Amino acid sequence: MSTLDAKIPEGPIKDKWTHHKNKINVVNPANKRLIDVIVVGTGLAGGSASASLAELGYNVKAFCFQDSPRRAHSIAAQGGINAAKNYQNDGDSVYRLFYDTVKGGDYRAREANVYRLAEVSENIINQCVAQGVPFAREYGGLLDNRSFGGVLVSRTFYAKGQTGQQLLLGAYSAMNRQIGKGKIKMYNRHEMLELVVVDGKARGIIARNLVTGEIERHSAHAVVIASGGYGNVFFLSTNAMRSNVTAAWRIHKKGAYFANPCYTQIHPTCIPRSGDYQSKLTLMSESLRNDGRIWVPKNIEDVKAIRAGQLKPTEIAEENRDYYLVRRYPAFGNLVPRDVASRAAKERCDAGYGVNETGEAVYLDFSSAIKRYGKEKATVMGENNPSDARVSELGEGVVEAKYGNLFQMYEKITDDNPYKTPMKIYPAVHYTMGGIWVDYNLMTTIPGCYATGEANFSDHGANRLGASALMQGLADGYFVLPYTIGDFLSNDIRTGPISSESAEFDEAEKSVKDRIQALMNIKGNKSVDHFHKRLGKVMWDNVGMTRNEQGLKEAIAEIRQIREEFHSSVSIPGEANELNPELEKALRVADFLELGELFACDALHRSESCGGHFREESAEEDGPQKGEAKRDDENFAYVAAWEWTGDPGKANLHKEELTFNDIELKQRSYK
Amino acid sequence: MKLTLKVWRQKSASDKGRMESYTLDNVSGHMSFLEMMDVLNEQLISERKEPVAFDHDCREGICGMCSMHINGEPHGPDRGVTTCQLHMRKFNDGDTIYIEPFRAKGFPVIKDLVVDRSAFDRIQHAGGFISVNTSGNTQDANAIPVPKHDADKAFDAATCIGCGACVAACKNASAMLFVSAKVSQFALLPQGKVEAKRRVLNMVEQMDKEGFGNCTNTGACEVECPKGISLENIARMNREYLKASLSSE
Repeated sequence: MSTLDAKIPEGPIKDKWTHHKNKINVVNPANKRLIDVIVVGTGLAGGSASASLAELGYNVKAFCFQDSPRRAHSIAAQGGINAAKNYQNDGDSVYRLFYDTVKGGDYRAREANVYRLAEVSENIINQCVAQGVPFAREYGGLLDNRSFGGVLVSRTFYAKGQTGQQLLLGAYSAMNRQIGKGKIKMYNRHEMLELVVVDGKARGIIARNLVTGEIERHSAHAVVIASGGYGNVFFLSTNAMRSNVTAAWRIHKKGAYFANPCYTQIHPTCIPRSGDYQSKLTLMSESLRNDGRIWVPKNIEDVKAIRAGQLKPTEIAEENRDYYLVRRYPAFGNLVPRDVASRAAKERCDAGYGVNETGEAVYLDFSSAIKRYGKEKATVMGENNPSDARVSELGEGVVEAKYGNLFQMYEKITDDNPYKTPMKIYPAVHYTMGGIWVDYNLMTTIPGCYATGEANFSDHGANRLGASALMQGLADGYFVLPYTIGDFLSNDIRTGPISSESAEFDEAEKSVKDRIQALMNIKGNKSVDHFHKRLGKVMWDNVGMTRNEQGLKEAIAEIRQIREEFHSSVSIPGEANELNPELEKALRVADFLELGELFACDALHRSESCGGHFREESAEEDGPQKGEAKRDDENFAYVAAWEWTGDPGKANLHKEELTFNDIELKQRSYK
Repeated sequence: MKLTLKVWRQKSASDKGRMESYTLDNVSGHMSFLEMMDVLNEQLISERKEPVAFDHDCREGICGMCSMHINGEPHGPDRGVTTCQLHMRKFNDGDTIYIEPFRAKGFPVIKDLVVDRSAFDRIQHAGGFISVNTSGNTQDANAIPVPKHDADKAFDAATCIGCGACVAACKNASAMLFVSAKVSQFALLPQGKVEAKRRVLNMVEQMDKEGFGNCTNTGACEVECPKGISLENIARMNREYLKASLSSE
């Protein structure tokens, strides 16, 4: 075990980034033309990085497995993006955003990175508006804000429930401009399957052309991994079906440390599962908690009647409803952070109060918001004494304007009308705070290999606040990496083009071909999904919302078992040299089966509870915080960065000690 | 539900392709259409046959990747949804469902139900952007107020997911709804006005090069669009195009 150096600049926290930028090596514009950079992934982090690096003059090669960069999963983010603009004059500031993010992350994030994130957040909004991103506006023509969980100010910018889409289309448009100029060479329908390391530096990748099956070599002076998170290790998650860990896992196996893999965000407001055929879960934006109230019936008889179809939720009187978040957390109520809201829902459902057939659902109710908005609207329109029906009509109009597309999506999936009856929701895997370890420059432990956005670990600690993922993706890609990468590339101005005809490329290409051939040769009798679903069930049952030592040990043994079976009995129809979705899935699931074990090992070693990682052995036993997570700062205030040693169960632990100079470590209380 | 599926199978771009028939038992109304396809594929794999290739990713109606022509309509019989959000409750026990790829000259088939929509990207390369470099301090985001009405209209146009249903629905395989949505988004915002002329001319030129047909105002695109992009955008693009063609630089 060694201690990791994060290369955090000296000086007061508010000056670190400015001083660092002033001192960093810069590549002159003429030399940038001689340097190639590979970017894997075209979501907010990869798309913004590709565009910005190309604008600076580097030759960018961008890769995505979708048919267009616009389809990366950032597009599905709904609620919004945070920025410390203080447009609402509610006392917001860079410091407050920094503080909220570190506290929300349960003091397991790196202070200096989070401060920089808060600092550049303002620029993001300026940049996006300049690009033509159509954010929501007020009648005065200025930008509108809303509030999100875990904070007490309104700093979230949004575009209805499609903020991620609009921001990604902004980054995509910036990419398009550079693709048109030939500064970005775009490789659609390509999947990175290996990193090539030459003389200790990342110098290229091996990618599979998903249409022809061809294995291609691509060289560059640096490689940026912006391939997103690994929530699909749970099979069922809100991630896109093809989101995967492969690019990140491949660099891990080549020497990049994997940090805090067990930090997973389970999002409280998702549409509950409906059956075994289910392929994915759908998120309902956290912004709904601004106006929706979460409850279950107080009386178990009512629960039974609802499940039997004899009672409707709208027939339950106010005094017979348990608004459990308001009851347990009066200060934040329905706006507690995601990890807290998720565990509270699980607690009620485990106690038998779940309101659907599976017993895994709680209500998210808009009736009082509809009434409140309806009355306000009637007043504005000069209607005195409006009827109840008129109030509902007006109120539904207001709610539709705010959340229309989410309500429509809910109705299409469930066949229930959420304007008339409460939504049913349940937590689901949504985001992974863990990821590739990076230093302050976003460089991994492999020189020249960078990780940005959800793929890295750096900014969200053990729990991410709502509307912060979009902020981080764009901060990394637009405003951090384009500067910090120059520090490394300034040594490469005389290197010349990197050849892809070297022993290192030969070896990497061969390893990919061998891997594919081995999978194709198994010719077993079970589909890839069969194994992926089994892995997902073990992960959800034992490594999910709450974890304990025994369950984790069982999970590790089971994952090893599933992995062995996968490599002896998976069936992949078709050929390797054609479009073959089953082969694509098999390559991804093979990596998930290794990551899953490291994930469980990390969860086992961290015997404290923090953020989204809740160990049943580590809860407050009495006092006002009884039952809440108990952090152990004395023993666990560090980043766990794992080094690959050939077996995911035997990874080497390296620690980055976390020091907090600008924030006092406290128990996170939302009561 | 018990269903008969007639699915387009085509080994590769050069293969001629044909419809094949499959039967599925035990389809639940709560399944999404793609989950039903997953069940079909699991069945095919267990019979050691090749599963049906289809594009998909987010499965929540926003990435625009899924692209099936179902019973003669892009994204099937429901309105305002993509294939991934179409649910089997829209079908009845005993139904026969015809599943084909999106068909258009500009969207060649790659395999089975997978088509190549890169023409859409190339149209965007021609002008679907505002020429602003990353700086973060262009000017404060609130420096230019935008009337709420314009901002909302721009947003409505910007919700296009680029799935291509408009092209697949059009008897002329026209891409006008798609192109006009992007042109409109920028035409409605002050930031986009500077390059408005060049943008519309370049994007339309590229659209024509890609082999998409002309618009004859039948409106099928608007009906089938999963995001409800309005025909008004086409009218706006025509005005922008005319204005740009008639005035000097």
